[in-house]
Amino acid sequence: MSQMDGEGRPLFLQIAERIENDIMEEVLKEEEQVPSTNQFAVFYRINPATAAKGVNILVDQNILYKKRGIGMFVMTGAREQLLKKRKAEFYERYVVAMIQEAEKIGITLDQLVTMVAKGAK
Amino acid sequence: MHVKLSKVRKAYGKNVVLNDINMVLEKEKIYGLVGRNGAGKTTLLKIIAAQLFPSEGTVQVNEENPFENEAILSQLCFVKESQTYPDHFTVKDILLTAKATFPLWDETFCQALVARYNVPVKLRMRKLSRGMRSVVGVIIGLASRAPLTIFDEPYLGMDAVARQYFYDQLLADYADHPRTIILSTHLIDEVSELLEHVIVVKEGRILMQEDVETLRAGAVTVTGEKGKVAAFIQQQHVLSSQTLGNVTNVMIFGTISRQERLQAEAEGLSFSAVSLQKVMVHLTDQEKGSA
Repeated sequence: MSQMDGEGRPLFLQIAERIENDIMEEVLKEEEQVPSTNQFAVFYRINPATAAKGVNILVDQNILYKKRGIGMFVMTGAREQLLKKRKAEFYERYVVAMIQEAEKIGITLDQLVTMVAKGAK
Repeated sequence: MHVKLSKVRKAYGKNVVLNDINMVLEKEKIYGLVGRNGAGKTTLLKIIAAQLFPSEGTVQVNEENPFENEAILSQLCFVKESQTYPDHFTVKDILLTAKATFPLWDETFCQALVARYNVPVKLRMRKLSRGMRSVVGVIIGLASRAPLTIFDEPYLGMDAVARQYFYDQLLADYADHPRTIILSTHLIDEVSELLEHVIVVKEGRILMQEDVETLRAGAVTVTGEKGKVAAFIQQQHVLSSQTLGNVTNVMIFGTISRQERLQAEAEGLSFSAVSLQKVMVHLTDQEKGSA
């Protein structure tokens, strides 16, 4: 039952993130119907209330929208919106963490910049 | 089904098994009931299922008294760890009895489970292996579709594959047919993602009733230099603590904001998730009465 990561982040956030990833990778396309909450629950082996909580986060952020009696769909512009959000998070999540680790093990800023340039080639 | 216990106490002579139990189970949610052997889990479940009178206090199921109340009892399925069956009954007899007992019984679902688990329906119950007896109980619990279904450690003797199939079926069927489910278990990590709520029983009392997500988010291990950890955990509820040389490893339960965490990480502390099983072990393993 440990499909979810071990970081201890709430499951509903992990679910929301997986759906976001699917939208960014265009596994789920804009204006396409997404699986139901129950389908998500069974697939990820989690409580349906938890799955619903994850889906509702995306509804609140206008990534998904409900069509009454039909189901849940991906909003037009959702991908663009998600890319924007992820870029904003990138700094804190990766850059700050990288600099902290670099300081800890004695890598200078110049060395770090060189490494990034090398890695990007 | 909605269940409410108020000030329930159960004692056999001077031996108090349950004390001051107040709890509400909302309809159509999955509850986990955890606690050590002898904590009073089975007694509590028997009282909920109206198979045992409380010494004091009240039990209400859908706002009615469930005792000898046929309308309530027919909507309730209790799968016991050590269910006994009449000696001459075959598996088929048992399943037919169950079918006649539960108004919402789904025979197609039952047959699918029987086939999937390869249950030898013609054998007498007492000839079955421990695991297969458990499987029969699980099938009855699932196919009953009872609005209040109670599984009291239903998996004894079932192997990992059989248990996983049970959890998957439980979840899929619950998604289509929501009902109130109580799962009493020692194997909390196996089911924690299925549960919405956890009730922890210790020495006859309810130690904690909590949303699983809250529990999961609240428990974390902090590791780092002794003095820094000590400073960080001042305001936290500490579950356990270990020190090796200059490094301390502390399991805490509380709320840490993202900001606090980032700052602590910058100071060299590291955080890792704790499994619910570990949290339960520490919550229920403290000295008598100290929790």
